[in-house]
Amino acid sequence: MIRFEHVSKRYDGGQDALTDLSFELPEGDFAFLTGHSGAGKSTLLKLVMLMERPTRGQVIVNHQNLTQMRSGQIPYLRRHIGVVFQNHQLLFDRTVYDNVALPLIISGFQPRDVGRRVRAALDKVGLLDKEKKNPIALSGGEQQRVGIARAVVNKPPLLLADEPTGNLDPELSEEIMGLFQQFNDVGVTVLIASHDIALITRLQRRVFGLAKGRLVHDGVLRRQAHMA
Amino acid sequence: MSSAKRSSRASSRTSVQERNPAVSTSATGASAAKIGWRDRLGAYKSHHRLTAEDALSRLTSSPVQTVLTSLMIGIALALPAILFTLLSNVQLLSGAWESQSRLSVFLNPQASSAAINRLRQDIEQLPGVSAIEFISAAQALQEFEDYSGFGELLSSLDENPLPPTFLVEPVVSTPDELESLVSALSEDPIVDLVQLDMEWLKRLQGIALLAERFVVTLGCILGIGVLLVIGNIIRLAIENRKDEIIVQKLVGATDAFVRRPFLYTGTWYGLGGGVMALLLVLITQLLLSGPVDELATAYGSTYSLEGIGFDGGCNLVIASAVLGWLGAWLAVGRHLSDIEPS
Repeated sequence: MIRFEHVSKRYDGGQDALTDLSFELPEGDFAFLTGHSGAGKSTLLKLVMLMERPTRGQVIVNHQNLTQMRSGQIPYLRRHIGVVFQNHQLLFDRTVYDNVALPLIISGFQPRDVGRRVRAALDKVGLLDKEKKNPIALSGGEQQRVGIARAVVNKPPLLLADEPTGNLDPELSEEIMGLFQQFNDVGVTVLIASHDIALITRLQRRVFGLAKGRLVHDGVLRRQAHMA
Repeated sequence: MSSAKRSSRASSRTSVQERNPAVSTSATGASAAKIGWRDRLGAYKSHHRLTAEDALSRLTSSPVQTVLTSLMIGIALALPAILFTLLSNVQLLSGAWESQSRLSVFLNPQASSAAINRLRQDIEQLPGVSAIEFISAAQALQEFEDYSGFGELLSSLDENPLPPTFLVEPVVSTPDELESLVSALSEDPIVDLVQLDMEWLKRLQGIALLAERFVVTLGCILGIGVLLVIGNIIRLAIENRKDEIIVQKLVGATDAFVRRPFLYTGTWYGLGGGVMALLLVLITQLLLSGPVDELATAYGSTYSLEGIGFDGGCNLVIASAVLGWLGAWLAVGRHLSDIEPS
């Protein structure tokens, strides 16, 4: 689903975010991306979404080589990637319903399908009764779940999350991770950037460890393992 | 808050259709959903409608600002529209005078009546002549005595100084055609002089042409002003909706999708401005028509002011809407690419 081949990213300021990074995340996998802040987690996710382009190397997502992708095609790539942000990126000038409906409207769904899918997604994250509320009236955990509902409403084959539990207490984090696992169970490839080592260790999933823009770990994280 | 009203309206619409949402299907799947072109077209149309409605309701939610902006656009467009209406009146009027013009063909006083009759037939054969009237030297003298009050002065002369004259009414209207008619008439040997007092009309037409240029130039300058006004409004609107644009781009909105609400906003402003301009033109017409009628009556004419008309009014409003769209398009093109998620 995601393949990086010798990818380097250097920002305009001359700072190297990623250096010669190669890895592959197969379809249907569930993996974490971890490392200290500044290790290149966000840059990696941005490259997958084509919010940034690599300086060197190839990024292949969903069988498409992003290096050759014209900017006009980027919207269509992003429609197949669900993204959950640490700061939710919700719009506070509209209801929960309208927030979740946005990707469907952008993709050109009929209003009747939009209603059905939005409710299915909200039901999945347990917020069906909050659809008419403004997201600002919801708790942090609920806001994050609205963000997840919006990320999955389009049924994307790939789900990315950037520190989705960053602002949540352990119990809520567990709940959010449970949701991601449920999506993975029905075939969605999931990649979660997180530095919540305790949670990652407990879930016993594949972990990509990044340090200073290089891949320093690939595999399930054991309890005693330490990050480079 | 109007946005809350909008969204509740949108969700209530769907909730009627979707009492029992099929929640059994999970919100996720291994592959993204495919949509048929027919559904896509339907969704595209309904999105256009919703975007247009949304743009309009955003404007009506701040009525004072909207009316003031529309008025600003309206004034900028009303000025050239009013001038243009007045100008077309002048052109209409000069056209009317031209068609009323007559040629005086003064004949040699020694011309024989046979020669005069022959010339009369010749003139009647000429293309572009609708009527011809003969005034003999005696008739001319009589008329002069009747109207001028200098009859006694003439009677003191030995002979009648006035020549026999043909009054020719042309059907042609352009100055060039008249010019060639005059030269055709002048060719006859018994014709002393053909007089066409058209110089002042030519000057008037020259002035009208100059005025037309001026109005067109002014219209262009003010049109650019309208573009800038709308562009600035759209720039502010883009700035205000920056978060929304970023989120839209993150979830896969095309540039066209992001651009659409702003294009509608610009078009609505243009339309509003056009209606304002039309109102201003109509008010001006109303204010001018009384004095123009009085002036015309004083000159013994039944002329009355020709208004902008239905077609002109439609053109004004449409042109304004197009300007609004164009202004928005230029602004969106300039500022939208600056906003990228990071």
